Amino acid sequence: MTQNLQPSSNDESSEPIVVASEPDKTIVVADTEPLVLSSGQNLGPITVAYRTWGKLNSNRSNAILVCHALTGDQHVLGPHPLTKRSGWWELMVGPGKVLDTDRYFIICSNVLGGCMGTTGPGSINPVTKKPFGTEFPLITIKDMVLTQALLIEKLGIEELFCVIGGSMGGMQALQWAADFPEKVFSVIPIAAAARHSAQNIAFHEVGRQAIMADPDWHGGEFLDKKVQPERGLAVARMAAHITYLSETALHKKFGRDLQDRSDLSYAFDADFQVESYLRYQGESFVNRFDANSYLYITRAMDYFDLAKEHGGVLSAAFQKSVSRFCLVSFTSDWLYPTAESREIVRALNAAAANVSFVEVDSDKGHDAFLLDEPDLFQILSGFLNGAARHQGIAAP
Amino acid sequence: MKTKTDSSSSIRGDFRLIADIVQPGSRVLDIGCSDGTLLELLEKEKNVDGKGIEISPEGVNASVRRGLSVIQGDANTDLYDYPSDAFDYVILGQTLPAIHHPREILLELLRIGTHAIVSIPNAGYWRYRLHLLIQGRIPIQESDDTTWWSTANIHPCTIRDFVNLCKKDGHLILSGFQINSRGRAVKFLGTGSLANLFGAQAIFLLSRK
Repeated sequence: MTQNLQPSSNDESSEPIVVASEPDKTIVVADTEPLVLSSGQNLGPITVAYRTWGKLNSNRSNAILVCHALTGDQHVLGPHPLTKRSGWWELMVGPGKVLDTDRYFIICSNVLGGCMGTTGPGSINPVTKKPFGTEFPLITIKDMVLTQALLIEKLGIEELFCVIGGSMGGMQALQWAADFPEKVFSVIPIAAAARHSAQNIAFHEVGRQAIMADPDWHGGEFLDKKVQPERGLAVARMAAHITYLSETALHKKFGRDLQDRSDLSYAFDADFQVESYLRYQGESFVNRFDANSYLYITRAMDYFDLAKEHGGVLSAAFQKSVSRFCLVSFTSDWLYPTAESREIVRALNAAAANVSFVEVDSDKGHDAFLLDEPDLFQILSGFLNGAARHQGIAAP
Repeated sequence: MKTKTDSSSSIRGDFRLIADIVQPGSRVLDIGCSDGTLLELLEKEKNVDGKGIEISPEGVNASVRRGLSVIQGDANTDLYDYPSDAFDYVILGQTLPAIHHPREILLELLRIGTHAIVSIPNAGYWRYRLHLLIQGRIPIQESDDTTWWSTANIHPCTIRDFVNLCKKDGHLILSGFQINSRGRAVKFLGTGSLANLFGAQAIFLLSRK
């Protein structure tokens, strides 16, 4: 996901390749018995890297789990250990912000299969003592949520006040609601869907093919060779990045403006600002993301289909739900369009669940959930305040 | 022309009456809940489990900001998703004439709710009759700048029209109230032929037979 529309002159590509880093905290779960994954394979022990902000109150009722999107991580607030830049949700989380760290205990963990400290394809396989690579089992959104549930349990939290996330984070929030209805008081899926559409799978496949076509991918064993399929991963990021924006957003930001030149070069340089911007996005991404993690996590998103897990009936997923839901979509989001959120709302209504839904008018595309959208902030604040009142969480 | 919006006291009379009808602790769906004022009143006074549908984004935002469960949706299409008997009361305030298929929607209200509370602007109100008689122009029940071609009320109906439809479709009218232009609610009996003349609005409590 984009953090913001940075000008392309801010080049980070000269930094060394670092795949893993020291996360703030780690916890080991599935250590006594392995996690049985959706694929049927076992995985364990699993290291979970996570960060927290704020204080857990005495009756442990104010915990909010923030679920990150495809290329996000636990560093909701910065500085990011690799990029040194601000966190991906600084606008949403902090003292006096919507997710008020003076009021709530905020938890965010790197997803299973990720590359920021949680067990993933870049981790060392205890059997072979080498990085898993493509030996890592295929994981699903459900597996990610199971892992988070083990973390929450280890932290001594029985019920989360809220699970919130955008995009893939929203998928996790929905999975939480379906799999642990008694453990989530409120659920906020933003710009999400109950299943990945054919179009979304198609875009992911383009990204994966770009990675696997890069000779430096080495059949997934690039870590052994001390390389990264940088070109493939960068192209994957560039293609995906376009889907996170909207035509209007791209036009407003770049138009057909030229980059550092007054006329066309009649060559294949980055003549246009939009090209330069995309190249920058691709280049800086490879400094902080593992190509195999990208393959595994995109696959997990493609496999996501909440209705399929419940006999093809989406409302059945929420039959036991007593959670309060707040769904938000954005008018210009063509990756997870409003119709997808409406389908979830319909299913929640059919299950007589407690649901709020708003489509926010924005021209910023899918990435709007990461950006400055006052309507989004007001809606979520109102929803959370209402929920906190019902849950008896004191105002700060 | 008396309008729905120019006497806010009549709106409050409307809400007051509904709040008196609704039993404490019941499950309520408010269709066309606007900024959530009524739902909030019901949650505060009657401790209801309240939900709302509202078509305008501004209304939904305002409602959710109050901590209410409200979805952005359209009464014309979105009621079909709710299971039967999901609510004790389904409230349709002033919206019926704006609905594409009011008869079908009434049936839906009493499918998803055991009771329906329906309020209508009464097209049979004497001022409207007089307006048509003297000016020869269609009375408009909304704001002054609304015209016959821009009004959302595509199916205006009178109290008598409404009572007749309920009879036809077997909806039980448990009680009916007329609300005059000053916002005073008066219960009426029978077919409400006087109410049909003197009520600017009417509120009905319906149930299935």
